[in-house]
Amino acid sequence: MPQSVDKVLDHNKLFHEPEYKQMLENKRAKYENATPAPQVTEILDWTKSWEYREKNLAREALVINPAKACQPLGAVFAAAGYEGTMSFVHGSQGCVAYYRSHLSRHFKEPSSAVSSSMTEDAAVFGGLTNMVEGLANTYALYQPRMIAVSTTCMAEVIGDDLNSFIIQSRDKESIPQDFPVPFAHTPAFVGSHVDGYDNMQKGILTYFWKDAERQETDSINIIPGFDGYAVGNIRELNRILAAMGVDCTILSDVSDVYDTPSDGEFRMYAGGTTLEDTRAALNARATISMQEYCTRKTLEFCADKGQKTAALHYPMGVAGTDELLMTLSELSGKPIPDSLTLERGRLVDAMADSQAYLHGKTYAIYGDPDFVYAMARFVMETGGEPRHCLATNGTKEWAAQMQALLASSPFGQGCQVWAGKDLWHLRSILATEPTDMLIGNSYGKYLQRDLGIPLIRLTFPIFDRHHHHRFPTWGYQGGLNVLVKILDTVLDKIDTDTGTLGETDISFDLTR
Amino acid sequence: MAKDIPDPIAPEKLIEEVLSAYPAKAAKKRAKHLGVAAPVSEGETEIVSKCDTVKSNIKSVPGVMTIRGCAYAGSKGVVWGPIKDMVHISHGPVGCGHYSWSQRRNYYTGTTGVDSFVTFQFTTDFQEKDIVFGGDKKLEKTIDEINTLFPLAKGISVQSECPIGLIGDDIEAVAKKKKKDINKTIVPVRCEGFRGVSQSLGHHIANDCIRDWVLEAGEGVHEPGPYDVNIIGDYNIGGDAWSSRILLEEIGLNVIASWSGDATLAEIENAPKARLNLIHCYRSMNYICRHMEEKHGVAWMEYNFFGPSQIAASLRAIAAKFDKSIQDKAEAVIAKYQPLVDAVLAKYKPRLEGKSVMLYVGGLRPRHVVTAYHDLGMEIVGTGYEFAHGDDYKRTGEYIKEGTLIYDDVTGYELEKFIEQIRPDLVGSGIKEKYPVQKMGIPFRQMHSWDYSGPYHGYDGFAIFARDMDLAINNPVWGLFDAPWKKSA
Repeated sequence: MPQSVDKVLDHNKLFHEPEYKQMLENKRAKYENATPAPQVTEILDWTKSWEYREKNLAREALVINPAKACQPLGAVFAAAGYEGTMSFVHGSQGCVAYYRSHLSRHFKEPSSAVSSSMTEDAAVFGGLTNMVEGLANTYALYQPRMIAVSTTCMAEVIGDDLNSFIIQSRDKESIPQDFPVPFAHTPAFVGSHVDGYDNMQKGILTYFWKDAERQETDSINIIPGFDGYAVGNIRELNRILAAMGVDCTILSDVSDVYDTPSDGEFRMYAGGTTLEDTRAALNARATISMQEYCTRKTLEFCADKGQKTAALHYPMGVAGTDELLMTLSELSGKPIPDSLTLERGRLVDAMADSQAYLHGKTYAIYGDPDFVYAMARFVMETGGEPRHCLATNGTKEWAAQMQALLASSPFGQGCQVWAGKDLWHLRSILATEPTDMLIGNSYGKYLQRDLGIPLIRLTFPIFDRHHHHRFPTWGYQGGLNVLVKILDTVLDKIDTDTGTLGETDISFDLTR
Repeated sequence: MAKDIPDPIAPEKLIEEVLSAYPAKAAKKRAKHLGVAAPVSEGETEIVSKCDTVKSNIKSVPGVMTIRGCAYAGSKGVVWGPIKDMVHISHGPVGCGHYSWSQRRNYYTGTTGVDSFVTFQFTTDFQEKDIVFGGDKKLEKTIDEINTLFPLAKGISVQSECPIGLIGDDIEAVAKKKKKDINKTIVPVRCEGFRGVSQSLGHHIANDCIRDWVLEAGEGVHEPGPYDVNIIGDYNIGGDAWSSRILLEEIGLNVIASWSGDATLAEIENAPKARLNLIHCYRSMNYICRHMEEKHGVAWMEYNFFGPSQIAASLRAIAAKFDKSIQDKAEAVIAKYQPLVDAVLAKYKPRLEGKSVMLYVGGLRPRHVVTAYHDLGMEIVGTGYEFAHGDDYKRTGEYIKEGTLIYDDVTGYELEKFIEQIRPDLVGSGIKEKYPVQKMGIPFRQMHSWDYSGPYHGYDGFAIFARDMDLAINNPVWGLFDAPWKKSA
């Protein structure tokens, strides 16, 4: 009997005990109609071959392990960054359970959103009744300051008209006439979560700005974009802005929403961009996006309103941060203070100290388009060589931007860009053309297991490691965090490879 | 814990208070879902439900933050997803498959990507043109590509997402056609998320598809034996089906199929050859048991492998369906594990005795785990289901005490208020509930995923269950909530 109360064995150990191993072998042999082991090995080897890679890359219909989610997730995330805002997702209710779970699993935080719970009858007659009744209930129960409405694909397929439904809900007194209910159509069959983020941002700004007169101020708006590290990054951004003395409004600030304290109180709403600031943000001189692909329509809208706009690609690393500071300085007219120049020097100093361990290291990088761009750029600054850059939700335009970036450095010469490909494509690519390291999210752990390439978790979602998102990756300080993660991976690998007593430990060095 | 514990409020009063926050129409609807377990009248010999006044399995009220999922979650996420040697296509847009990817911890053995596919996300990733022109051609091509890239997959299921049923695709025709082409089992499942009111209809639809597209398609090859049984409705979360199987094998039974945790297509096909179906999660798989009883003459019985009292009672009840040799072995197995049970209780009961628990979970756990808590000396003060039907609440009456608060399809608001007022020592629910509850200073365990622990079934699992409840309740972090300079005198 393997179990004992002195040392309770859970699933990590229990099923490797002889009793269980024998039971499972017996099950496989007798009942499973399992493929014989040699054939499994043969196919396993085949899946790592060039022949398989070609078949795999030729896929036209099937998508396997894509690194993207659907639009409403981005919409819910964007809306969460506004003061007292409840997301109301119009359509089937299971979707909302999924977004909430997904966000909670990453942030280890509450995630509140409601659904209009449409079922068969709504599929036939439309979801107006669900909206009218649902808004009244949400307003009464959860007392939000704003309800942000987005859609699941069900509501999109049947063609529900949010604008008209919301007007009718006001007329039926579900919600007061002047209560803010911005909306965005967020069809799951168009784009990905980054587009949902964009659509919801545009929806919210449209609501507050549509009838207002713009009177330009010195203020700057910043739109962070969909970012799993938002908690750490937005706080770092605010620190930088304070150091520069830039008057700024973060449009959708989730940093306090997804980082509430444990002190006995559950805060359904915490922090967020105030509605007043959101309204006033129309008057800003400029709006800067931290992630171009999360804000294409929104920035266009800002430009239409007369604001200057600028789009960055996730301000990470030296040049990425330089660009952020210079853009801020240019648009605000404020100089970059010495304190930030010092920080820059410290990051460069750290990179110089460690360059020997990073120079020539090869990487595969996947994630959202702007993240991949920034990551590849930073890796090249360390002397690393990105070999494969993949974004399932990357477009042709993104691929062209990536090519231009890679062409700008000798370290980018051997890199292939994979727009629209998924993580099963990446498995074939890495099985045939491996790299030293893989940078991505938790889903990359399957590639690490299958191919033995160490995974560095640096982008959303991270389910199987805790609290990394509480530390920034943006700015020079964030750059240090990223640098240390990469270095730890490199140095841990050397220790593992040289760590067997009496066998491989000649180079098990104390100082590296 | 920052907040002073309020005076206990009578559950009836609590319900009244909570309902007062709703608009009238919603309050009227929600009132039917909230109740308090009534006393059993004297002289009643049969087990009667103390909570059958609760209305269940009806539509969620819009806008209230139901915790429920959808039919797709019930079919792909629960019933079909764990069948390891089949490829399950999330047919439609990318999201559903993405959010449910690898999240249920249905453990399995095998070489993932070669002969097993549980922790994969296969999707047709619908684009606008697929909505406009239909997705049947794309589905055909998808099936071909699966067949090329995963030659050892034994079959394919098509898990419909919302748009499929709205745009008029004929996935059944595609399944029939492609079955001829590739000569493998292909199962089209109409589990669009808007069907029904919760995960529950997805279970039912998934069961019906097993019946129509697997069992009806042909018989399994298994040679029946007198001690053959199936485990039904155990999804092997954290290995639950394995810590159950080991006991059934120890008492001399042959588990010829495990549905659907760690299952293979062969086990689905062979199941009708068994003598007895042992059903753990009644809610999600009673349908197919009833079918196998009618069509194949396979008897079925419910059992409960949470906690030593129920395990022993279940082993005896199961053994009673067989001859004396099995019954003797059952007694021997119960005796064998008794020292482990005694040691677990000796260690953990003193740390947990008298602690109160509120549950809000899915299929069977709101009642099945109650006795496991009782075994540890803990009390259940509230329980409820996301997607139960009347027969579940009838069964719940057997487990709970008078005065227990009952909540069906609870809303975020209600659950928060109930917990705030009752302030139990532990809450067991899901990931969406975990962090709000913990912020309130109340220990929490996820009771869908076992909070990444498990197994909790069987004797081996009970030790883990006890350990986990102890580590949740008795962790020092709950004492750190108040800053010393903020503590009230």
